[in-house]
Amino acid sequence: MGDPVNPDVTAVQNPEPTTNGSAPSERADLRPENIQDAVIRLAGNSQDGIQTAGGFLARLAGRSDQDVMTYMTIPATISGGPSIFQVRIGSGEVLSAGDEADFLVAFYQHSYQDHIGFLKEGGVLLYDSDNVEPNLDDKRYVYVGVPITGLTVEALGGSAKDKGKNMFILGLIAKIFHLDQDKLKTLIREKFGGKDESIVNTALMGFQAGYNYPVGNLLTQVYQFEHIPRTSGRAQITMDGNQALAYGLIAAGVRYGAGYPITPWSSVMEILRRELPKYGGLFVQAEDELASVSIAIGFSVSGNLAVTGSAGPGISLKAEAIGWASMAEMPLIIINVQRGGPSTGLPTNVEQSDLHQAIFGGHGDSPRVVLAAQTVEDCFYIALEAARIARKYSTPVLILSDSSLATRIEAFDEPDLAALMQDAKPDLTPRESHKPYPLDGITHHLAPGTRIRDGKYPLLSGLEHDEMGHPTGSPKLHMAMTAKRRAKLQKLAEELPVPELYGDPEGDTLLVGWGSTYGPIHDAVKRARRAGEKIAAIHLRHIHPLPNGLDKIFAKFKRVIVVEMNDQGIYGFGQLAIILRARYCEPKIESLTKTDGLTFRVREILERAFKGKTFPGRNAAGLGAPRDARIAAAANGAAATVSSERDRAMDNTPNQPGTEAVLASSGTNETRETEKPV
Amino acid sequence: MNETLGTETVAAPVDTRGLNATPAPEFPREKLTKKAITADHPTWCPGCGDFAVLASYYKVLEKRNIDHEKIVTLAGIGCSSRFPYFVNGYGAHFIHGRAVPMATGVSLARPDLHVFLFGGDGDGFSIGGNHLDHGARKNINLTYFIMDNFVYGLTKKQTSPTSPIGFKSKTDPQGAIDQPVNAMKKLVASGATFIARTHAAQVNHMIQMIERAMDHQGFSVIECLSECVEFYPGAFDPANPRKGGSFELIQEKKWDGTPEDEMRHDVTDELAAYKLAQLPFPGVFGVFYQSDRPTKNALEKKWIDSSREKLGGASDRDILQKTFDRMK
Repeated sequence: MGDPVNPDVTAVQNPEPTTNGSAPSERADLRPENIQDAVIRLAGNSQDGIQTAGGFLARLAGRSDQDVMTYMTIPATISGGPSIFQVRIGSGEVLSAGDEADFLVAFYQHSYQDHIGFLKEGGVLLYDSDNVEPNLDDKRYVYVGVPITGLTVEALGGSAKDKGKNMFILGLIAKIFHLDQDKLKTLIREKFGGKDESIVNTALMGFQAGYNYPVGNLLTQVYQFEHIPRTSGRAQITMDGNQALAYGLIAAGVRYGAGYPITPWSSVMEILRRELPKYGGLFVQAEDELASVSIAIGFSVSGNLAVTGSAGPGISLKAEAIGWASMAEMPLIIINVQRGGPSTGLPTNVEQSDLHQAIFGGHGDSPRVVLAAQTVEDCFYIALEAARIARKYSTPVLILSDSSLATRIEAFDEPDLAALMQDAKPDLTPRESHKPYPLDGITHHLAPGTRIRDGKYPLLSGLEHDEMGHPTGSPKLHMAMTAKRRAKLQKLAEELPVPELYGDPEGDTLLVGWGSTYGPIHDAVKRARRAGEKIAAIHLRHIHPLPNGLDKIFAKFKRVIVVEMNDQGIYGFGQLAIILRARYCEPKIESLTKTDGLTFRVREILERAFKGKTFPGRNAAGLGAPRDARIAAAANGAAATVSSERDRAMDNTPNQPGTEAVLASSGTNETRETEKPV
Repeated sequence: MNETLGTETVAAPVDTRGLNATPAPEFPREKLTKKAITADHPTWCPGCGDFAVLASYYKVLEKRNIDHEKIVTLAGIGCSSRFPYFVNGYGAHFIHGRAVPMATGVSLARPDLHVFLFGGDGDGFSIGGNHLDHGARKNINLTYFIMDNFVYGLTKKQTSPTSPIGFKSKTDPQGAIDQPVNAMKKLVASGATFIARTHAAQVNHMIQMIERAMDHQGFSVIECLSECVEFYPGAFDPANPRKGGSFELIQEKKWDGTPEDEMRHDVTDELAAYKLAQLPFPGVFGVFYQSDRPTKNALEKKWIDSSREKLGGASDRDILQKTFDRMK
């Protein structure tokens, strides 16, 4: 089981023999240290099941009243290829996935090479010594080699081969972070239950083998998350952004939809296809994107507000039909889970470059509503908001999500379904008369099957039409109807809440964001304020129309910086910045954009917003060295030293998302801030 | 089908949302008349074959006395797709080529409605060709009437997917060179469960075909040769006895055991339908194919019903709450 090539680690790989199934012998001084949060990155190949293991960690944290945020990459290849799952578990508010990892689990040599740059100094590299040979001369890290492949095969039998390593790793992590092993076992049983009993047993055996591994011989420290009681009193649920969108739609009473498979939207349609029949509804997999939006429109025409969705390429194909929904004033929800574009672009990377497509992606003046979800939790509520607006204003509503929200798991307070659940059925109550397109009011279509006493039935038309829906070439009517379609969105803007200011009520710098950048932007505000900056952020959920009153907020700050993941464009401004500048003619609006296909790191925002300044990491002040040294002192022979250079240049490899330095110890002055939005 | 004639009083439907404090109005139901379902005067050119289709549609609706509010008339884009504007009833004029999927949504969600779909050859066989295949394959319960004039009329004489080789148009001034779509073959191959062919000059035959199509459970398609008097006059004279042609009907099997029945067409035989479709223009008219393969409507309903049954009448909120409980 030893590693003949690497004598340095061989020593630690021959632990004292332990009795199988019982608690391993550990050194007496190995007491758990209380921590507030930890970033754990698992790096392997996509078939290793690291998403499953990461998912268990996330759900366990959710059950333990901890906040969770995960970061996941999926290789564009169908099977195989590098894949990571990063989970940040915190006792309290976790806003972003973290700039740096405290703990890196490397399955293969390439996993080690690609991701070691993301391990913070003093962080722990846990690697499969059967597959990985790390550079032990790099003294910045703590090296813990465990023959994961060999021990897994040993525990599960020769047939296990590469399977089951994820469960072994899960057991190991459970031990190191003092996680509740009974709860994890329950989760494993739930996940694999219903299948062959032997699968559950194999998974549990793999888990147990990892849990029993005498990791205490390798680390001087295990960790325990501080328990911070949640104030809401509601239970936590754990899901990813696409699940939250799908269940939000169900809560909103959306019972019908249609779609076509495309990454990263597909899982929304998979969930709806499976779930909607339980509610008496139906989701149809269509032959193409054009059909899927058209089927969804057909559902809406039938009196049932419907959903379709896709990623950018599919939304391009749906554009004409969305224009019809705008013209015919048909309520419809269109979800765009954005990825890198244009064309096929970067299918598994994140980008916010479909904003203008969402707002302007149709020929003619075709007003539509555009909303953007900011967190996984918000994916749930934005679906409710989209349905509310679509029904009230009889309009297509686009929801912008993106691949980072789609694939990451967060824990959040369980929604109050008693208050939120919407009734879905069409109202077929007979009417005296009906005008589909009244010039003096907002359109509300009748569902076919509704009797109309005066016998005049409405038409839905993509041609310019009169109040009954009949075609017209009248310039006056075209002007009036164009104004009618526009005016209802102006009316909507009046009722939208002004975004809450997070941070200083007035000052030097205002960061403006939309969508999934919510976490890093808010973390950036926290850190900059700690460094003495007068700074705040607003985050827009309603992007088209914009809420009224943003100008009053802008007036309170010297600089307004719009942070978004898209190109600066030929005029030097990102897509939201262009809209805001056009809307407010405000020259102090600046743009901070990027197109590397990765989520923003907090440091990245700060360094670009405040050029020439450096900001301390979250856990830098007063922490760093002592605790790092403790970790560094760990482990028989697998020594590491701590470099004093904290802000060394991070990744140069494009495939590595940024993470924030964490593992903050509660024993320091690095306590969570209690600031609230003002 | 409601065969009751005359006037009757119908109770207001149940208020499904229970939101209306005031009782819903009740009013008598009168027999459906042509007058009641007539809307704008058609914008078609005088002499256009589509007038006969519209007249036949009125006639069938009137004869069957369908509840007025349950008639849904849908279309894509093209001369013939203007159809919904000329019918007073729930209707929609959608985008080019996508009427089949739009009608699919209406049909799947609302089994109580009669979904009729009208369009032309460009809409159905060219820009919407893919949707025609998949609507047929999925066997969506609706009736699709394709007015085939072998030319793009609304855009003023370009080659259509059914234009014969040699047809001179603005886009093929030397004569069309592309093999035209054989509508019957395409429909048989894609799995439509009712396939018929008729001629706009044969109103009685057309009405028969519409009635049989609407009585069919599944994706029923009628191709109607409907002359464009402006851009392809005389195209269908070879099938018009009044213009010296011959309107040859398909003789369907009567299953009477007689020797002559041997020679008749078995509408459930795909290969036989395919053979009929190979006949040279103008070919034959009538029902080419009909089968009772289950509709998507029925199959989805079965799944929905069994899903609901398993949940034992749990409310929507309870179902979602249970899902959340599993995510804790």
